[in-house]
Amino acid sequence: MVIPTAVDAGELLRKACDDVREATAEDAVDGVVPRYVVAPASAAETQEVLRATAGVRIVPRGAGSKLGWGAPPEAVDVLLDTRRLNRITEYNPGDLVVSAEAGVTLGTVQDAVAGHNQVLGLDPPEEGATLGGVVAANASGPRRLRYGSARDLLIGVTVVLADGTLAQAGGKVVKNVAGYDLMKLYCGSLGTLGVLVSTTWRLHPRPPERRVVTARSFTGDTVQALLHSPLTPTAVEVSGEELVVLFESIGPSVSAQAEVAAKLISGEVVEELPPGFGQRPWSGPAFPSDGIGVTISSELSALPQVLVAVRRLPEGCGPPTIRGRAACGVLEVAVPTLPPSGLAELRRAVAPYDGSVIVRSAPPERKAELDVWGPVGNALPLMRQVKERFDPDRRLAPGRYIGGI
Amino acid sequence: MAALAGLAEALRAAIGPERVLTDRLQCKTYECDGLSHYKATPAVVVLAETAEHVRVAVRLCFERGVPFVARGSGTGLSGGALPVVDGVLIVMTRMRSIRDVDIPNQRAVVEPGVINLWLTREAAPQGYYYAPDPSSQQVCSIGGNLAENSGGAHCLKYGFTANHVTGAEVVLPDGSQVTLGGKAIEHPGYDLLGVVVGSEGTLGIATSITVRLLRKPEAVETLLAGFSSVADAGATVSEIIAAGVLPAAIEMMDALAIEAAEAAVHCGYPVGAEAVLIVELDGPAAEVRAQFDEVGRIARDHGAFEVRVAADAEERALMWKGRKSAFAAVGRISPNYIVQDGVIPRTALPEALAGIGQLGVERGIRVANVFHAGDGNLHPLVLFDDAAPGEEARAHEVAGGILDICMGLGGSITGEHGVGIDKAQYLGRQFTAEDLDTMQLVRCAFDPTGISNPGKLFPTPRLCGERPGPHQGVHPLQEKGLAEVF
Repeated sequence: MVIPTAVDAGELLRKACDDVREATAEDAVDGVVPRYVVAPASAAETQEVLRATAGVRIVPRGAGSKLGWGAPPEAVDVLLDTRRLNRITEYNPGDLVVSAEAGVTLGTVQDAVAGHNQVLGLDPPEEGATLGGVVAANASGPRRLRYGSARDLLIGVTVVLADGTLAQAGGKVVKNVAGYDLMKLYCGSLGTLGVLVSTTWRLHPRPPERRVVTARSFTGDTVQALLHSPLTPTAVEVSGEELVVLFESIGPSVSAQAEVAAKLISGEVVEELPPGFGQRPWSGPAFPSDGIGVTISSELSALPQVLVAVRRLPEGCGPPTIRGRAACGVLEVAVPTLPPSGLAELRRAVAPYDGSVIVRSAPPERKAELDVWGPVGNALPLMRQVKERFDPDRRLAPGRYIGGI
Repeated sequence: MAALAGLAEALRAAIGPERVLTDRLQCKTYECDGLSHYKATPAVVVLAETAEHVRVAVRLCFERGVPFVARGSGTGLSGGALPVVDGVLIVMTRMRSIRDVDIPNQRAVVEPGVINLWLTREAAPQGYYYAPDPSSQQVCSIGGNLAENSGGAHCLKYGFTANHVTGAEVVLPDGSQVTLGGKAIEHPGYDLLGVVVGSEGTLGIATSITVRLLRKPEAVETLLAGFSSVADAGATVSEIIAAGVLPAAIEMMDALAIEAAEAAVHCGYPVGAEAVLIVELDGPAAEVRAQFDEVGRIARDHGAFEVRVAADAEERALMWKGRKSAFAAVGRISPNYIVQDGVIPRTALPEALAGIGQLGVERGIRVANVFHAGDGNLHPLVLFDDAAPGEEARAHEVAGGILDICMGLGGSITGEHGVGIDKAQYLGRQFTAEDLDTMQLVRCAFDPTGISNPGKLFPTPRLCGERPGPHQGVHPLQEKGLAEVF
């Protein structure tokens, strides 16, 4: 394999695509500055870019709102900006399905389908996030409880592989078992297997009414009581000491359910969602730029143990901010700082509950000492095999993923 | 076959002679699955009782390059569990323990041979159930459901097996074992579990499966509506969806399917109906009550001449009986049939049905239609008499033509039955060579020597060492494993 020098890469890129520029410090991926930024406007142009630049290391990027997730790449020659892939290509409201290119923002899709009282059941909080980015990061928000995450809603995908091959999986019907379900493989793969160029999604009817129930304090039992009740909340969010339960459906349903829930959790029915609902605890101006954000996933019933483990972090870490999906077993925690020993202790504490801790937000220079992904288990060799088959030259986002993938 | 003789001996020594069958008659018991016109008698049958038995059997196959196929209850409708003649069939039906019903975590851990409905029965006293409900749920295994990503009538609202499996122990085609996922919903790394579910046994064998259990809904309401035209029934479905209602299930049957069900199980569907709809809503009582009234009104507005509401669980069961027995019931009106599983965008329903009707008329073949109307998953039953000269061939033409119609409308060749051996020839019409090669990348990562259920799913798989390029004919392993097609 002859790897062209970076200068060659620029020339090769310009032959493949007319939107090429030199990168600046603002284009850095977790502190690693690429040489060029290329923005293909179609799947074919994306193929051209990948084909023309064999061996050149590429990181795909949408809005860049989650570019800090994962480990810093070993090296980046080219940042591939997907935002010119910006068309909603098919929307037939009667089928509750929408197809859109990877650079279309989630907000744009929500606006397009809202007119037909429909919704794409994804609500990650990152402003301006593109569909491709949401898939690559498998990002979700509070309504994951009701709708699942991208893996549950993505019914078709088109990807340009490392060698420029255009490959589709799934389709545009909700029910489809023809061929391997590669949608699930791409969800959360952080650009290490291919460049997403198009996505097709299952939509849901938009619930007309909402009620919010908040409890000033809660315990593991509070959440268990909700889980085992016949209530069907759209979200059950931890927000610091508070628990926020969201009901979305037709009027008679949300008012009846909110009343029952308020009694069950000793809470009160309020009009509006509390400020910051669904936001990452590591976002916002109050959070120090050198702070650490982690996602903790565990069995549902381990919520108390997880909370205890977080609150027992060494005092030097500063006060933790805790949010997340109590009824999904996924919490998000931000602390002003976190030493490797504190992270290791957290991982040890949640491990008995099928728990894992992934570092989501950290200054790039801290990521070398913090193990971003944590232990993977015995499937890591198989994951390496998959990467090796899809991207044998390790040109796509090298080092960003688990185990150095 | 010396390799096979040696393998059988090694298997007997490793896992006990009583778990290894080589007698041709005994092996013939397993010659087909639910799609019984494909038959192949395996050389060796392994009756696995533990994960260790599976690991050993697969390891021995791997060392000798002998293909293997896993089989659950054998109810699949695409020939996915069809044995390989010179291979080993690993039967999972003795692995039937429900290991853990974990209500606080809303999960269950089961062995793959556990029957789908058993899990719901086990969880029911605590107010829980297992949501995926294929019509065969009284006999199909959860391991088979995982392999096929099984659906069922209620997947419209609750999703497919893939949305309900959160973890699995999987024996890979080299005999090693990996843990994918678990009871939590998020784990670091690629979602390999999501790819294994629905891979039709081509990526390994699950020996333990962790699934979600759902809280039973507070209320369930079911109605059955009779229409004098399929178009009216279809318009009703569209209007229900447009009204923002997401029913647990919307099922449709046409006149011929109704006739068959009536003859078989006397379900008492409205006389003279050209189409019936079964609509089921579940959820919080206040929600179900309001939306159920709306659904009834929509049905009447669109010409339903009779709308019945199930008064209790017994009446509900009777409404479903006609639908769930539909496949078997067509035996009452036709000696043979082929069931298809194509999917179309739901709004293309009238066009698809017209096309199917026309195709049947052209070829002189009757087609009964049963379908999951809410998600556009058609189950046309192509009726024929194999004693009538030429009829079977014409029926197969119609069945293939139906899949072309589905693909032409932007749909899929299979919604829940799987590709298996039956539809592998059509997969290349739905996907390009590049698409299939990309899926093969996953196959090669898991199974580089291609011994796990060869000849299924992919039309002409390449050897894993091959670089992409023009297709080069039939894979030698596939050729070796190809069954006799009767």
